[in-house]
Amino acid sequence: MTETQVLLEMRHITKEFPGVRALDDVTMTVRRGDIHAICGENGAGKSTLMKVLSGVYPHGTYSGEIVLEGEEMRFTGINSSQDRGVVIIHQELALIPELSITENIFLGTEVMRGGLIDWEAARHRAIDLLARVGLDLDPNTPVKTLGVGQQQLVEIAKALSKDVKILILDEPTSALNEDDSAHLLDLMRGLKARGITQIMISHKLNEIAAVSDAVTVIRDGHTVETYDVVAGQVDEDRIIRAMVGRSIENRYPIRDPHIGDVLFTVRDWNVEHPSIPGRLVVDDANFEVRRGEVVGFAGLMGAGRTELARSLFGRSYGTWLSGQMELDGKRVVAPTVAKAIRQGIAYVTEDRKSLGLNLIDTIKSTIVSANLDAIVRRGLLDPRQETAVAERYRTDLRIKAPTVDIGVATLSGGNQQKVVLAKWMYPQPKVLILDEPTRGIDVGAKYEIYKLIHQLADEGKGVIVISSELPELLGICDRIYTICEGRITGELAASDADQETLMRRMTTTSTTASATHGA
Amino acid sequence: MKTIKQIFGGNLQQYTMVLALALLAIIFNVVSDGRMLTSSNIQNLISGNAYVLILAIGMVMVIVIGQIDLSVGSVAGFVGMVVAITCTNYGWPWWLGLLTGLATGALIGAWHGFWLAKIGIPGFITTLAGMMIFRGLVIWISKSISVPVPDQFQVLGAGYLPEWGPAWTGMNNSTLLLGILAGGWFVASQLRHRSHALARGVESPLWVALVRIALILAVVGYVTWLFGSGRPGTSFPIPGLILVALVVIYHVITQRTRFGRHIYAVGGNKAAAALSGVNTARTYFLVMLNMSFLAAVAGILFVGRATAAGPSDGTMWELDAIAAVFIGGAAVSGGIGTVVGSMVGGLVMAVLNSGLMLMGVGADQTQVIKGLVLLAAVAFDVYNKQQGRPSILGHLMRSFGRDATSTKAADREPQESVEVPAATGPVVDAADTMPETVEAARRES
Repeated sequence: MTETQVLLEMRHITKEFPGVRALDDVTMTVRRGDIHAICGENGAGKSTLMKVLSGVYPHGTYSGEIVLEGEEMRFTGINSSQDRGVVIIHQELALIPELSITENIFLGTEVMRGGLIDWEAARHRAIDLLARVGLDLDPNTPVKTLGVGQQQLVEIAKALSKDVKILILDEPTSALNEDDSAHLLDLMRGLKARGITQIMISHKLNEIAAVSDAVTVIRDGHTVETYDVVAGQVDEDRIIRAMVGRSIENRYPIRDPHIGDVLFTVRDWNVEHPSIPGRLVVDDANFEVRRGEVVGFAGLMGAGRTELARSLFGRSYGTWLSGQMELDGKRVVAPTVAKAIRQGIAYVTEDRKSLGLNLIDTIKSTIVSANLDAIVRRGLLDPRQETAVAERYRTDLRIKAPTVDIGVATLSGGNQQKVVLAKWMYPQPKVLILDEPTRGIDVGAKYEIYKLIHQLADEGKGVIVISSELPELLGICDRIYTICEGRITGELAASDADQETLMRRMTTTSTTASATHGA
Repeated sequence: MKTIKQIFGGNLQQYTMVLALALLAIIFNVVSDGRMLTSSNIQNLISGNAYVLILAIGMVMVIVIGQIDLSVGSVAGFVGMVVAITCTNYGWPWWLGLLTGLATGALIGAWHGFWLAKIGIPGFITTLAGMMIFRGLVIWISKSISVPVPDQFQVLGAGYLPEWGPAWTGMNNSTLLLGILAGGWFVASQLRHRSHALARGVESPLWVALVRIALILAVVGYVTWLFGSGRPGTSFPIPGLILVALVVIYHVITQRTRFGRHIYAVGGNKAAAALSGVNTARTYFLVMLNMSFLAAVAGILFVGRATAAGPSDGTMWELDAIAAVFIGGAAVSGGIGTVVGSMVGGLVMAVLNSGLMLMGVGADQTQVIKGLVLLAAVAFDVYNKQQGRPSILGHLMRSFGRDATSTKAADREPQESVEVPAATGPVVDAADTMPETVEAARRES
């Protein structure tokens, strides 16, 4: 690798958030004209690294240096990185739906003449840019009328308008269907041919194999390795091992499972995206949970785990198309959350703060909030009963709080999670779905949550655990389903599974492989 | 100091607003040479403000769910006119007119609730439209002419309790009876509170309870005497009695029923409430329905007191009600606020009005002062929250039963955008039904 080939170097980048070291001495080199892939598990630090590079986290908020074309960069913000040709396209598209394609492309870099916007010139340039990304559209079209794939291309056109040297794409295909993904990968190759260096964050090994020249694997905020992808061949095993390579220590309680008969069955379950008709977020799911069993759902972000869970929980996500649920041998129809709760289903949300808790509420009223009927005496809520219930859970779950009268906002993440678990234990559900139950909480609290999960299973409940952390699933579950792009792609006994097999099934469905193959 | 703390229950701050109210009354009394705290002035103050306070009961619930109702003045005016026209022009009996008025209010509330809960139009817009529609209708159906109402309504709007029993009490005996009932209830609840505390093993010295009881009895006794010792024929006013009954009912509804919990849950975090099994659309609908129903009650009391319904009745009442709720400690972002707090807020405004009038301050200057007081009260609250100190108004709320007002909410950082599929889902459309102003305020708070 000679000096002239190197376009970008990121050296010893360390970025800390309060209490967390998101990046720890990460070093990465990108050659001119390459498509450089970055992969790693959720939360490994990929997006953080790209935010450092693009100035979202300005110079001074991290340590280490960014060297672009041999010169150290000190970006003060996203504008200063764009001025040097570093442009990022975020995973969530940043277009303004009500504005036209032209207006979006030149937002912030409006084409001016004599102090006013020269819309005519802007439109002509927009047409050129659209042609470069292979879009044949009227530039006056409002962006909201475009599909996600087309919007993605408009984003790229917007990036191209800025004289881009390095284009960063954060999971560019995560929201796209197969055709659009294939088209996008084609376009990336075309941009490469025109000398635009690209950095792509991706989970999808087949995409990495299809387009990238080099791969950097990041794990737990460290660079694990960087190597070249020779002639479209990528060693998937090596990437997977690098992504997950952690040993499972004694971080999980030992348990002797007593698994009974089938408690909860889901058959031919299909759910459509709430706003994109025709896009299935759950595609023909079939699975079962036995009494006393802890069942894991492994899948990457956006694979459809949460969507599946919430569609089961009173159809609280997406548009239910077809499928059946059976609980305790009886058909269950739960079109609303209230009915789902009444029939014995509970769902603990993955996003505790925005979906799981009312942060201005107290511990006690949170704990009883999903089962108010139980504290009603003669038509009125009984405050003493409420306090008694809350006190009982505070003691049982060892929630660290002086009284149950204090606000949940004052608690630590682990204790908040215990309050949420208490809230969902109190209605005495038969099946509990726990979505990322240990996200954002410390190791000690995690262990307690694991024990609680086991305890619930030992009481004869069925427990479904959704998690992005494979060691966690392997450590606490009896059986694990893998899910990818809304489809259940595998079912393994936890004792037979390892992270490599899970990761392989989480990252491949046969159909995506063929689609990218065709591209 | 420790003694005082024991008597008042640890946190003196929670009584700040009540103390401010008392202090305000005393200051005005001194400045106006004792004309503030006279029987007739206080009786007038209550019957002259009962309608705003009744509106504030409904308004605090609307604000707790994160909405606002701008139509209440127009609705009150419209209902008052409907009652007057049905009784006077059509010759319906007074009670039928009354029921028609209440039903009209509920129907209008259902109309607002429909647009908010079913169609998803923010309450701000729905009720702004309602404000115009019903103001227009009042003028239309009345042809801009005042219409008198039957005498029975005067009893509701400005009447007094009957005189009976011995004269040696020197008071109106109905008022005395109310005072005794209120005092007895307070004493009983203190004793019950103490016995619960003792049962839980909490130390609760007898003398503390006795001092508290003595204080309560002194206050209740004074208030009873003030209302009952006016000129013969006067007493605690009937609209005041209606107000007290509504406050008790709505305090229980908001603090002690499932529906009440749902209101706070929806206002605190709509998405979380929906995922806890709360029917958010139904909650919105019922709260809006209830607001217009209470506006109807307010409108009827007002026309009773005024003896006639006029085409401009109710103009700007919504703003007085909203001000009362915010002075009473409600949060613009929803989820926080109580009925009792709003009553204190409304009384602060009423005392200011009355006191300034006694001092001969003009209506123009009174308006300016009231505006500044509103701003100061809320700014004080916001400032305290920003300092991370316990919010005084928040504590005030806490003392009245709802203890869900942890001030930490204000410290909450703006939620980062998290990768939740629900972001586009049907459940989390809370923000969509929020007027822009409220959203902006939420962002700033």
